[in-house]
Amino acid sequence: MNDFLKIEGLKAQIDADGTPKEILKGLDLNIPKGEVHAIMGPNGSGKSTLSYVLAGREEYEVTGGTASFKGQDLLELEPEERAALGVFLAFQSPVELPGVNNANFLRTAVNAVRRARGEEELDAVAFLKLAREETARLSMSGEMLKRAVNVGFSGGEKKRNEVLQMRLLQPSLAILDETDSGLDIDALRIVAEGVNSLRGPDFSALVITHHQRLLEYIVPDRVHVMAHGRIIHSGGPEVATQLEKQGYKQFLEAAQ
Amino acid sequence: MPAVSETREAVEKLARSKYEWGFETDVEMDLAPKGLNEDIVRLISARKNEPQWMLEWRLKAFRQWQEMDEPQWAKIKHPPIDFQDAHYFAQPKKKPGPKSLDEVDPELLKTYEKLGIPLHEQEMLAGVEGAGERTPVAVDAVFDSVSVATTFRKTLAEAGVIFCPISEAIIEHPELVKQYLGSVVPVGDNFFSALNSAVFTDGSFVYVPKGVRCPMELSTYFRINARNTGQFERTLIIAEDQATVSYLEGCTAPQRDENQLHAAVVELVAMEDASIKYSTVQNWYPGDENGKGGIYNFVTKRGICKGDRARISWTQVETGSAITWKYPSCILAGKGSVGEFYSVAVTNGHQQADTGTKMIHLAPDTRSTIIAKTISAGESDSTYRGLVRMQPKARNGRNFTQCDSLLIGDQCGAHTVPYIESRNMSARVEHEATTSKISEDQLFYCRSRGFSEEEAVGLIVNGFCREVLKELPMEFAVEAQKLLQISLEGSVG
Repeated sequence: MNDFLKIEGLKAQIDADGTPKEILKGLDLNIPKGEVHAIMGPNGSGKSTLSYVLAGREEYEVTGGTASFKGQDLLELEPEERAALGVFLAFQSPVELPGVNNANFLRTAVNAVRRARGEEELDAVAFLKLAREETARLSMSGEMLKRAVNVGFSGGEKKRNEVLQMRLLQPSLAILDETDSGLDIDALRIVAEGVNSLRGPDFSALVITHHQRLLEYIVPDRVHVMAHGRIIHSGGPEVATQLEKQGYKQFLEAAQ
Repeated sequence: MPAVSETREAVEKLARSKYEWGFETDVEMDLAPKGLNEDIVRLISARKNEPQWMLEWRLKAFRQWQEMDEPQWAKIKHPPIDFQDAHYFAQPKKKPGPKSLDEVDPELLKTYEKLGIPLHEQEMLAGVEGAGERTPVAVDAVFDSVSVATTFRKTLAEAGVIFCPISEAIIEHPELVKQYLGSVVPVGDNFFSALNSAVFTDGSFVYVPKGVRCPMELSTYFRINARNTGQFERTLIIAEDQATVSYLEGCTAPQRDENQLHAAVVELVAMEDASIKYSTVQNWYPGDENGKGGIYNFVTKRGICKGDRARISWTQVETGSAITWKYPSCILAGKGSVGEFYSVAVTNGHQQADTGTKMIHLAPDTRSTIIAKTISAGESDSTYRGLVRMQPKARNGRNFTQCDSLLIGDQCGAHTVPYIESRNMSARVEHEATTSKISEDQLFYCRSRGFSEEEAVGLIVNGFCREVLKELPMEFAVEAQKLLQISLEGSVG
């Protein structure tokens, strides 16, 4: 197995009103190149923390273990360096940037990443053409490019805007943190299509979700069950179906 | 993230770094002796070959100033200013003829270059027509106290527009100057306006006749260049019925050890259906890491909408100076006239800014809009101070005010002091104010998309200021955005 994303014994804590609270408690996870993995787990199991730690959020302090991506120590890198390396996090709650034009934001982001990857920057015309194609693909109105980033967007529009960013930034590892939450069935299908369209030998994804429903559209290579800051079970796509029918209980009991 | 200590460290680093545009130009100076008395006022007037009425006007102002005290109400602190310890007149010795560029000292042209006056404007300064679709810009450059180069006078003259140094206007157009000088900002309006009226040395004069749309943006670059000379600009802009004009003012200044006083007066007069747009980007030396040596900027700017449906719009981006004391105001005397104030004030290091506007509604159906954005970083302190007054005759007067403050770090301060006086029942005044910090969420979101931290701050700040920046003429807006980013460099840890 190649070492694309490799996480070993990862421990991380957050400051909760002055006392450190450990959330990741020795997590192991490998995602080979070209594979899509899903993580499912009950609330509070540490799924979102894992996505933040991988993307480089500084509020989370890594206290043990390692995480490497493409052979590089991921934990040493700044968030923007991780983005340049190909890590992309689709936020569970995308952040609003008042007054910042969405098209301008997207183009600056795309060019920052292209620059860091040694690729040629896109000029305004080339970018706009690309952005229009991509918004159409995601059934987004072109108007959304003109608005301020995520400001006044509906829940579904925000999620689509995340997928739009992902499509434009062309990551090699996409982490989707409950991107399906708050989406109706049509939006879910569109978002899933956005992810599936990137699938290929050089693209991996970590799909964090509560529901099996998303995994009907993005069929994962592996499904991991997460609880108490660890992966407690791993299996094929059938694990998701099993969870949907029987809940987490059996896995929690088996892990004890 | 230990944001606090890192921020402080970064700000200190910034403060220690030399002011990028701090340099001196080696041009021989003709200096009046230090100090201020009637003889100095007479000297200034004589050097300018002014007529007797002007001298008398100055002397009257000087006597009034002597009776006045420096205002103390602003939320700023500075050591007492010794008004006798400054030169009130400085002018380059080899006085270049303003008619032709060959006569302009090459040192001055180099200075423009260093100041980063946009290339096309340098071309214009050099008499080369801009080979593009860009709207031409006429530059009346004030080098210390004397306007040394004025371009595009001819094109403007064909349109009937007068754009010249005010010293020239006093001689060439005395009837206009006599009629309007001091009509909007009376000599005794305040301590600094009285001082300015006594000793102003130069500035711009603009007259746009009836029905004329000024064919280009008018632009003045100010620069304080001689050690210890106060700079007292005087600008007067008159737009007759249905006339339209847009005026740009931008400044940088060289590094100095001693504080430099700047007390300009700007007067705008808009007649019926006339429109005046006045835009400022101010980037004077803010002082060293202890706040020492920066410019003191005490400015009185006021416009009057004399005619019905006249419009005056002030847009300002203030990033420099140790102290800024500035309240561009509008007197809405014509029925249905409109006053606007769009402001971005950035303070960093030890800067202090007390700035805002006054909207005085005198006539029915007058409207005013105030959008003030304040950004504070480092250990700076920034105050928005604004007055909206609805007089009894201002029936159906409307005002909308929005004041937003953005704090970077936890050592800075932002204050909003609105004064609202409504003297009639049909007027409506709205005031909205917010204070926010750049959130970690926003920074992380941007960084996870590949932005560096500085880029992310620049992006968020520019977004915060967008409503104001979009009011600036295009070329200016680009400069202003860069300036905002430079001003805040290193302000986030």
